[in-house]
Amino acid sequence: MNTARLAFRMLSRDWRAGELRVLMAALLLAVASVGTVGFFADRVKGALTRQANLLLGADVLISGDRPLPSAFGEAAAARGLRVSAGLKFNSMVQRAASASSAPSSDTPALAVLGDVKAVSGEYPLRGAITLVVPGRPEGMPARAIPASGEAWPDARLAQRLGVATNDRIVVGDATLRVTAIVQQEPEVASGLLAIAPRLIINLADVPATHLLQPGNRATYRLYVAEGSHGTALDPYLRWMQGEMKAGQRLENVRDLRPEVRQTLDRAEQFLGLAALVAVVLAAVAVALAASRYLRRHLDTAAMLRCLGASERRVLGLFVLQFATLGVISSAVGIVLALAGQQLLVTLLASVSSTMSPAELAPPTWLPGMTAFATGVLLLFGFALPPLVALAGAPPLRVLRRDLPHPRAGGWLAYALGAGVIAALIGWQAQDVKAAGIMVGGIGGLLIAAALSAWLLIALLKWLPQRGVTWRFGLANLRRRPLASSLQIGALALGFMALLLLTVVRGDLMRNWRASLPPDAPNQFVMNILPDQVEGVRAALKALSRTEVTLYPMIRGRLVAVNDATLNTAKFTELRSRRLAEREFNLSWASELASTNHITEGAWWGAHPGPDAGLSMEQGIAESLHVKLGDKLTWDIAGSQVSARITSLRKVDWDSFRPNFFTLFPPGVLDGMPQTYLGAVRVPETAGQGASLTALVQQYPNVLAIDVGEVIRQVQSIMDQVARAVEFVFLFTLAGGLLVLQAAVAATQDERQFDAAILRTLGASRAQLTSAQLAEFVVLGSVAGLLAAGGATITGYLLADRVFQIPYAVNSAVWLYGLLGGAVCVTVAGWLGTRATLRQPPLAIIRQLG
Amino acid sequence: MPDPILSAEALTKTVVSGDAPLTILDAVSFDIEAGGSIAIVGASGSGKTTLLGLLAGLDRPTAGEVRLAGQALSGLDEDARAALRQRLLGFVFQSFQLLPALTALENVMLPLELSGAANAAASAREWLVRVGLGRRTTHYPKQLSGGEQQRVAIARAFAGAPSLLMADEPTGNLDGATGAEVAELMFRLNREHGTTLVLVTHDAALAERCSRRLSLADGRVVGDHRVEA
Repeated sequence: MNTARLAFRMLSRDWRAGELRVLMAALLLAVASVGTVGFFADRVKGALTRQANLLLGADVLISGDRPLPSAFGEAAAARGLRVSAGLKFNSMVQRAASASSAPSSDTPALAVLGDVKAVSGEYPLRGAITLVVPGRPEGMPARAIPASGEAWPDARLAQRLGVATNDRIVVGDATLRVTAIVQQEPEVASGLLAIAPRLIINLADVPATHLLQPGNRATYRLYVAEGSHGTALDPYLRWMQGEMKAGQRLENVRDLRPEVRQTLDRAEQFLGLAALVAVVLAAVAVALAASRYLRRHLDTAAMLRCLGASERRVLGLFVLQFATLGVISSAVGIVLALAGQQLLVTLLASVSSTMSPAELAPPTWLPGMTAFATGVLLLFGFALPPLVALAGAPPLRVLRRDLPHPRAGGWLAYALGAGVIAALIGWQAQDVKAAGIMVGGIGGLLIAAALSAWLLIALLKWLPQRGVTWRFGLANLRRRPLASSLQIGALALGFMALLLLTVVRGDLMRNWRASLPPDAPNQFVMNILPDQVEGVRAALKALSRTEVTLYPMIRGRLVAVNDATLNTAKFTELRSRRLAEREFNLSWASELASTNHITEGAWWGAHPGPDAGLSMEQGIAESLHVKLGDKLTWDIAGSQVSARITSLRKVDWDSFRPNFFTLFPPGVLDGMPQTYLGAVRVPETAGQGASLTALVQQYPNVLAIDVGEVIRQVQSIMDQVARAVEFVFLFTLAGGLLVLQAAVAATQDERQFDAAILRTLGASRAQLTSAQLAEFVVLGSVAGLLAAGGATITGYLLADRVFQIPYAVNSAVWLYGLLGGAVCVTVAGWLGTRATLRQPPLAIIRQLG
Repeated sequence: MPDPILSAEALTKTVVSGDAPLTILDAVSFDIEAGGSIAIVGASGSGKTTLLGLLAGLDRPTAGEVRLAGQALSGLDEDARAALRQRLLGFVFQSFQLLPALTALENVMLPLELSGAANAAASAREWLVRVGLGRRTTHYPKQLSGGEQQRVAIARAFAGAPSLLMADEPTGNLDGATGAEVAELMFRLNREHGTTLVLVTHDAALAERCSRRLSLADGRVVGDHRVEA
């Protein structure tokens, strides 16, 4: 019979005899949990990004200072993407002389510089324009865009012009009828740059304005968003990358708002962490199950050799069985994962308004592939070296049962297994640092487990030997030093994963959300002239009842790095090129804000010298490929300023305080054209915009920008992530418990055999039970303590290095670890061996002997 | 005299136990002719099982040579010895050594499947009928009594149509009556199939039934008694 057929037959016999249950369960668990978390995280990430895209009105915004090639839109439409063209320009907007509305109590200006946004088709592709409706503070989403001949001013513009619905306004040569007032629109993303009051008109009316003369500064836009299904956006973006010319930009909400970018990044990291923990648990489960399977099949291998099968053939038989088992289990696991993630989505939808299953894109195949590969890789990573050893099982074993087990490839086996886990973690994390911390944590934990098992065993010798139960129970640990340390290691890993997911995750999450306090500023006030600073500050203080810091801001363009003219074309990364082409907001400061942390170099002190240089945000420095010590030259209103980078900073963007990529020491930028800006929290009431109206009226050049919507979106993303991670946690918790069960079951056979022998020798059930309990209590406590240490260190490193949020060590982890470890292991162990104490000893000896 | 099917030439097995080397077998030599039966007898620790392991090529001698059907085992690697076992040898063990995850039928089928025999199931079923277990084919070893398990093991040993049957205390784990039944079965099949039986035992009654008795003491052959049939 050929080896494949025999292998398949052996596998089906094993299956029927129940020999595969533990291994199959571990594999199913591994693939199902990795798959579930993967599918779920993938879909949630997509939904979070789309939620953030509400701020932009699209998934990406392509803009240029000349008309965009029609191919851009056509190519997008051809890929099934939704597109909408638009145009933005500044123009004086006037109230038509024939305006018939009742005059406002204020004296409205007859002409106001407005930011005219001409839109078409389905705009906005994400989110909605909210219109003012008297008596409804939350407003009402618009169903379409203004029809041709209509105009929608925002509340600010309407107030300044003193117009209401049905009034007429004039833009260039066109006269339009006001049919609605805009309360909120998805343009927040370009935030600080959108400074003038806004007028939304239909793109078809633009020619009639005759404003698009050569030389005027219009921005041509193309909004692009994914359709209800499919992921055509990425290929389109790749295609666009090759098509873009100078003066054209492609931006998404992450590029435009660093706080949203940071929030989304962290959200993904949290979901990734959950997936990582799932991989670790899966690996432990598979490793334990594979080793048990191999121990139980040692006799089969010896018998096959005795019956004349060559070593190669035995290896072939087992490898084929494992391959079949791996493929079948992984496939079934993926089916379970699809069901599992659907369950999670349904659960999440029941508590979240923005995460309904319909909102989430359908699962993609990538997490499924990852889960499948995880199953097969884990199985072979842990089973292959022992398999090789198994194939070489001495046939003499059939005569002499006491022959030692073949060494399962020794350290090589564990090295291969560890390598596979490390690779999987790296693959899952897609974040080298997080993966490194996780792998380091696991490696450290295993070494610590081996050490403490060794210590424990050494210590046990010196303990007073009280009674047969303790002696026998603890002797068990001593008798199998390798097995004991592996068992402690596996249990500790399982507990560590659980502690990471419960206590540490909770702490991280809380700290993350605390970084966006309820009093985060919701209004940015900018364009304040130097001589208005005192007045505005006083007015803001009166409104918010807090001291408000106003920061100077100077616009400048980076023109040279180390005296070499900056050639933006050399940036292969689109984001870098975009950043380099934009005007920077420069500022100066004498003290470092609390939301900034120096990562390299040194901050100038209270009295900066002439060589104080400048300080750059770390991320932008990386994007622009500049480093500490580089000399940067800026063009500020025609004059050039040069300085060396003397420090790099990390910035907590999601603090919602004004932050700057580039900071100078005081004095350097004196005499440059500058304005001031600040952020303030004003009470959120229905007429929120109005509370700054007085200020804006007093200082007509001052702009107040509502970022409340961005904050609400960021907070909402945090909420969604917290919930999503909670559900994933529940799922992974089940996995962790299974791992603990598997770890206890790993030595069950030996335990049962020992117990049967002792029963034969006259030990009572009570004595046996307490002997086993003694062993379990010690095992569980040691594993729990190790897990607490591992979770604390890993949690700290994750918080500090990956999430960059403060982390306070939670001493409760130790208590949970110790108690949880002792109780869980004892209960699981007792449940596992209880039944066997009732069986007649001979049955067990005959079965296992 | 026909060529021996199995011969031992100055077989020596030494193991290091503690500090001192321990000689388990000391230059044991004998020939076994095809057909008939030979009992290797001796007290516990006399080296019987070690000798059987060496004769079957399951272990390597420290010195000396085993020739199986004229083939010197020392010149063969583990896989070649395995192939030789598959062709020539059958085994019956004291502790039965049935695979717990396989039914009685599957245990018997295993050697046939390994050698790629056609109709493994039918042939195995036939063998189970011949050992009186035609109704217990789907039972697992743990559902069978000791005597039944050993009968399955005998069926498995004969199913591969071996030239030589190696039996290590085949009745050692069985009570007297059951042991006698199993022994009777083994000798009957041995006669019917012209197999050469090599039996390791300390059971005098069992040894009496063999045509030749080789006595071991302290790793040496101390007696070689032939009964003329």
